[in-house]
Amino acid sequence: MDFTFSEEQMMVVGVVRELLADRCTPADLRRLMNSGDARDADRWTAIREMGLTGLLVPEAAGGLGLAETDLVQVAEACGYAALPEPLVEHAGVAAPLLAAFDGARVGEWQPKVAAAEASIAVGHPANPFVADADSADVLLLVDGGALHLVEKKDVTMVRQPSIDPFRRLFRVAWTPAAATLIADADAAKPHLDKALERGALFAAAQGLGLAQRSVDLAADYARERQQFGKPIGSYQAVKHLLATVQVAIEFARPVVHAAAAQIGAGDLHARARVSHAKLAALGAAEQAARTGIQVHGAMGYSWEVDVHFFLKRSLALAGAWGDEIFHRQRVADRIFGAPLGPDQTFARGEAA
Amino acid sequence: MKLDYTAEQDAFRQEVRSWLEANVPAEKLASFDTAEGFEQHRAWERTLASGNYGMVTWPTDYGGRGLDLIQWLIFEEEYHRAGAPGRVNQNGIFLLGPTMMEYGTPEQKARFLSAMAAGDEVWAQAWSEPQAGSDLAAVRATAVRDGDDYVLTGHKIWSSRAVFADWAFGLFRTEAGSERHKGLSLILFPLDLPGVRVGPIPQIDGEAGFAEIFLDGARVPVANRLGDEGQGWHVCMATAGFERGLMLRSPARFQAAAAHLVELAKQHDERIDGTVSAAVIQAAMDADAYALSIYSTASRLIAGGKIGAEASCNKIFWSELDVRLNRTALSILGAQAELLRDAPDAADDIGHWLDAYLFSLAGPIYAGTNEIQRNIIAERVLGLPR
Ligand SMILES: Cc1cc2nc3c(=O)[nH]c(=O)nc-3n(C[C@H](O)[C@H](O)[C@H](O)COP(=O)(O)OP(=O)(O)OC[C@H]3O[C@@H](n4cnc5c(N)ncnc54)[C@H](O)[C@@H]3O)c2cc1C
Repeated sequence: MDFTFSEEQMMVVGVVRELLADRCTPADLRRLMNSGDARDADRWTAIREMGLTGLLVPEAAGGLGLAETDLVQVAEACGYAALPEPLVEHAGVAAPLLAAFDGARVGEWQPKVAAAEASIAVGHPANPFVADADSADVLLLVDGGALHLVEKKDVTMVRQPSIDPFRRLFRVAWTPAAATLIADADAAKPHLDKALERGALFAAAQGLGLAQRSVDLAADYARERQQFGKPIGSYQAVKHLLATVQVAIEFARPVVHAAAAQIGAGDLHARARVSHAKLAALGAAEQAARTGIQVHGAMGYSWEVDVHFFLKRSLALAGAWGDEIFHRQRVADRIFGAPLGPDQTFARGEAA
Repeated sequence: MKLDYTAEQDAFRQEVRSWLEANVPAEKLASFDTAEGFEQHRAWERTLASGNYGMVTWPTDYGGRGLDLIQWLIFEEEYHRAGAPGRVNQNGIFLLGPTMMEYGTPEQKARFLSAMAAGDEVWAQAWSEPQAGSDLAAVRATAVRDGDDYVLTGHKIWSSRAVFADWAFGLFRTEAGSERHKGLSLILFPLDLPGVRVGPIPQIDGEAGFAEIFLDGARVPVANRLGDEGQGWHVCMATAGFERGLMLRSPARFQAAAAHLVELAKQHDERIDGTVSAAVIQAAMDADAYALSIYSTASRLIAGGKIGAEASCNKIFWSELDVRLNRTALSILGAQAELLRDAPDAADDIGHWLDAYLFSLAGPIYAGTNEIQRNIIAERVLGLPR
């Protein structure tokens, strides 16, 4: 039983945090937003050069062959920066999903995707729209449960504006063909299921980062802003609002980390833990963002101040990869359907 | 990160489970806030000690087994799973014991720890005073040096289980004219000493669960001081760290309660609506989150890390989840919920939920109120100005 991250894992996340603190400031976010571009090309290059995009891809397929616990804190760091580029979905979901299949068509794209020389988007049945379809070279799309690898030139897309200015959602139309098929429904299902678990886990991890950023921004402001001749952060009403959110974060974090460590089991317990992680972390993220707005007063309601970026990302991620109703039901399935009690914290069941 | 038990940890769990199955009393003990119940609980502590289970994390020299925090969590899980009696000596084993391990002299450890682990000496905490609650640094009780003795004078209050306990650890002013956090010392005194009078205070349920302690010239040897003279505040804060942090309320307690709540919900399935059902699910999730957090902290401590102000987050989380959990049970019980344990027509364990709910209301108050914990988080974790 060891619930700590390794030195190497801490080192990797340290590097990512540093890069994002430098290259993904709120000013950078605003610059990208105003440009209307899908991504900041220089930043995406810098991120790719860190070599993390193939982290979950097996070594035999040109990846690092690492596990979710190696990526979970990176995803937190991406949430903390509200990173617009899709590092988390690429490394956490899309690249390992593609690498799970073989064949000539897969072989053509897979190494490029693992290295992020090519971009990939996933149209997963859990999500109504396809994120980042416009900057993808290829798309993994599902038709009747079967998985297809489709080139961008073979699809049409309609943008669906999201509250999150950096989220690029599309309705994608395409025609399934034998040539695009990479796995029939039976072969695709376990991997699509796994993609959902990973999507939800890493959304949760980003939620932790978003939540902490909202609290940190509000605490910074509360130290500076003066009313009645004192910093507003000296008032208990303000202190207690922020402390309450910090408690919510502290009790979401270990759930997210445990979910990362247990996701591989693929059983009832692992699924429930992923769902718990997502509910707790995105719940904390939204509570933190709302509190952040309150602590900033009218500033918090303005476009000028950065807190709204973190609210909007939390709202977007709360519904992605299974919404609250879906995840609460999965927790209920575990709570009501398997033995519960103090000795069951790390229980295992049969993989689905 | 590897969230699996080792074979050795599994074997330990089995050992604890078998021992508890053979030894936990079949009949529920009377409340330890009654004279009869207190002695029943003391007898249980002796049984525990006979199995070498008094405090498994302590060194073998002091009646422990020298086990690590993960094994302690496993012990606690089995303990609460078995529905074993509450620990009447919790202030001794969970608070004073760890503090003594850190600050005690070899003589103090030899004198007190084994007797503590064995339940031979049950301890009360004597910190609060009528004018010093949240503002503990306002304590006025004095310990005046007279030769090799301290002479104790003052009025302590809200001391849990002091009515029947044997010893108390108290916070006293040892430096005349000192103020606030300075000049305080932690002093151990027997509750049956001449010059010590204990007055029971009935709690919300009518039982004498706490007491006030009047000290009027009681004499204890200087050797009863724990830690250096004038360092009492520092020593108390170490104790408070254990209290809020890890020991006092182990996650297993809430996981067992959540499992019972889920059973209750299943029994009343036909009348539960979505709101109650969501509250049940939330209670189970919260108990689970608390357990994961403590496992994570335990791992970190084993790896050489420290516990800091985040202990305040723990205290808020478990106390508030406990209130919600027990209140949800009352919602499920509906019109039956108000029945006391001994109501002739009350079904088996209905009254248990009412007791648990009432007791949960104290959680946000003792061990430092949740308002104070929120101040601590805001100031020490988030760096907001005082
Ligand atoms: C069941 C139970 C068992 C106990 N057992 C023991 C024991 O064994 N030994 C012992 O020494 N003590 C014990 N206590 C006492 C406990 O430590 C105190 O009750 C606690 O520290 C609060 O002090 P108080 O009751 O004087 O409340 P007060 O300090 O008077 O507080 C009253 C209210 O004001 C709020 N408040 C006070 N100061 C502030 C502030 N600065 N900011 C915001 N809000 C504030 C509090 O949060 C609270 O809501 C026990 C209490 C209970 C309920």
